[in-house]
Amino acid sequence: MKKDIILAGVGGQGILSIATIIGYVAVEEGLFLKQAEVHGMSQRGGDVQSHLRISDKEIYSDLVPAGTADLILSVEPMESLRYLPYLAEDGYLVTNTEPFVNITNYPEQEELDKEIKKLPRHVALPAVDFAKEAGTIRCTNIVMLGAASSFLGVPEEKLIEGIKVVFGNKGEKIVNTNLKAFELGRKFAEDNINL
Amino acid sequence: MSKKLLLLGDEAIAQGAIDAGASGFYAYPGTPSTEIMEFVQHSKEAAERKIHRKWSANEKTAVEEAIGMSYAGKRSLAAMKHVGLNVAADAFVNSGITGANGGMLVVVADDPSMHSSQNEQDSRFYGKFAMIPVLEPSNQQEAYDMCFYGFEISEKFKIPVLLRITTRLAHSRSGVVRRKMKKQNEIKLPEDGRQYVLLPSISRKRYRKLIDRQKIFKEEAAGSSFNKYYDGDDKSLGIIACGLGFNYVMENFNNIPKYPVLKVCQYPAPRDKIKNIYDECDQLLFVEEGQPLLEEMVRGFLDPDSKRIKGRMDETLPYDGELTPHSVRIALGMESKAGNDVPEMVKGRPPAFCPGCPHINSFEAINAAVKDVYGDGHVFSDIGCYTLSAQPPYESINSCVDMGASITMAKGAADAGLFPSVAVIGDSTFTHSGITGLLDSSIENTNMVIFILDNSTTAMTGGQESHAYGRLDALCKGLGVKKEHLSTINPLPKNHDAFVKMIKEEIEYDGISVIIPTRECVVTLSKKKRAKRSKNK
Repeated sequence: MKKDIILAGVGGQGILSIATIIGYVAVEEGLFLKQAEVHGMSQRGGDVQSHLRISDKEIYSDLVPAGTADLILSVEPMESLRYLPYLAEDGYLVTNTEPFVNITNYPEQEELDKEIKKLPRHVALPAVDFAKEAGTIRCTNIVMLGAASSFLGVPEEKLIEGIKVVFGNKGEKIVNTNLKAFELGRKFAEDNINL
Repeated sequence: MSKKLLLLGDEAIAQGAIDAGASGFYAYPGTPSTEIMEFVQHSKEAAERKIHRKWSANEKTAVEEAIGMSYAGKRSLAAMKHVGLNVAADAFVNSGITGANGGMLVVVADDPSMHSSQNEQDSRFYGKFAMIPVLEPSNQQEAYDMCFYGFEISEKFKIPVLLRITTRLAHSRSGVVRRKMKKQNEIKLPEDGRQYVLLPSISRKRYRKLIDRQKIFKEEAAGSSFNKYYDGDDKSLGIIACGLGFNYVMENFNNIPKYPVLKVCQYPAPRDKIKNIYDECDQLLFVEEGQPLLEEMVRGFLDPDSKRIKGRMDETLPYDGELTPHSVRIALGMESKAGNDVPEMVKGRPPAFCPGCPHINSFEAINAAVKDVYGDGHVFSDIGCYTLSAQPPYESINSCVDMGASITMAKGAADAGLFPSVAVIGDSTFTHSGITGLLDSSIENTNMVIFILDNSTTAMTGGQESHAYGRLDALCKGLGVKKEHLSTINPLPKNHDAFVKMIKEEIEYDGISVIIPTRECVVTLSKKKRAKRSKNK
């Protein structure tokens, strides 16, 4: 078992929380894990990514090698495309479609949608809408985790447990909102998987 | 104890040093090293053990404090980013001459590719320069283990040890198995009461001793399990892989290398092992995360174009930037696996000021009073979030060189006759390295305007406590700034006109003026509010 995942987004969109939950599960399952993060300057509204690698064998590189990612999981559509050189031929791209525009030359959304749809294997969802439905746009990242849950190679119930642990100290309400967000994302991916 | 902890490389070092009996951590925040101290500050064990873990004013004071703790016989660790070692260089290099008493580790996190830095210097050169042992872990577990080993050899050889990491290890998490915690040392003064007195007569003896001990350091590194040879059947190429570089080699060979590989993670570099692999293989590839230290040594001066040696110097690997699994793959002559290119529509997304950031309002006022009146070219800046004002739409500043250089460069330019000459520095950068520059300027009453942007935190690195907090006014007065030309303002939009007027008046004053725009960082403020809310729950 080996999964190479690129998590992508803009500083502040919560990709490290996604990584923390998957990381928790990997450790609980006794798997090897490496997770390279971006700290520092880029966190101020810049593009951020995390390389997440899970395997039942020892992992050497902290970075996912180009062309080998099983999954790009992005909380922002333009950011999802920034990491295409990493995506394996049979890899999946799972992205939120709601742009985060903080630059003046941001591409047209239609063009972005077209580019994403060119990929043979993708799941694109309006995660912000689902997050609102779950209770707060702050759980957009967890909607995305739900949408990608079947590609992660770890049991879904463990991810749910991970959400409970990671958000546990923030109170029951926040845990439940995130569980709902996870389920909405998961359901969408199940119904709309593009093969 | 057997369960693995999931730790960043930085955190593995923090936990490793705590477990290895460190009594004090000394550091100034700097990406990618910040999380070492932050981890210790949040550690319950560190609190129980009463380990020192407050930030220092800068890297120089940090290293000196660590030397002092080592002098007293206890184990100490100083942590910084690579350019911080430049600030601490005087203390660091001389600590090789004084030697250590209690174990002393200097942890330096280099930033190849300059993710958050001004250059990509390789600290291993500093280790060689100071003639002390250097450890370079290839993974989080080694980073942890090397804290134990580093303290041990530091005490055994009575010498500080440099532990060098780079961004990808500092900021990557992996499982780490802990060892049994060691007790802290008791106070025990050096046997030689003059060991640390670097008078020339003593220094000459100490330096001679350091030279003589190189042999022991070399023997230690030659026998070290951190420098390990892996045989391979195909001797057409041998690979010398330092630190993280080793991982990318193993990755490309699916963990079983086809060629002989020598992993080098401890210096002085093991000459015999390098000679052996050089002799047995047709060609030698150097995979170093950083500048080509070993490659240059082995190429030598007289045969720099040797076709037998490959690495960064002949651009088999790019000379600059961090290594990647991909760049090492190409250097190994293997086919690229890279997927589709990045579509052209994907645009750069540089970091930017947070919405509501007080710096936005400060630079709007500075632009109105300086750039709009006198044109571009008058504003010397410094290192922190406010350096982002170099970018559109502000394009306010003309320099960012090193910590504290805003005030001193503005002084030099004012001395040359530039008018107006303006410096912009953050509160934490000011206490790091701005104070001495302000002293120079106030003694000469140089005609300049200095802005100390006070957001009450060290914001760029994630909001650490600032030594300047509540002290700026008193510091400036103490350094000789006249109270009539020392002003504070809250840079709110409603105060814009008053702020611009204030700047214009101070520009007109022939002498030194300090303006302190004061408003808390929005990120720190919202963190505090969140913490308060969860406390009230």
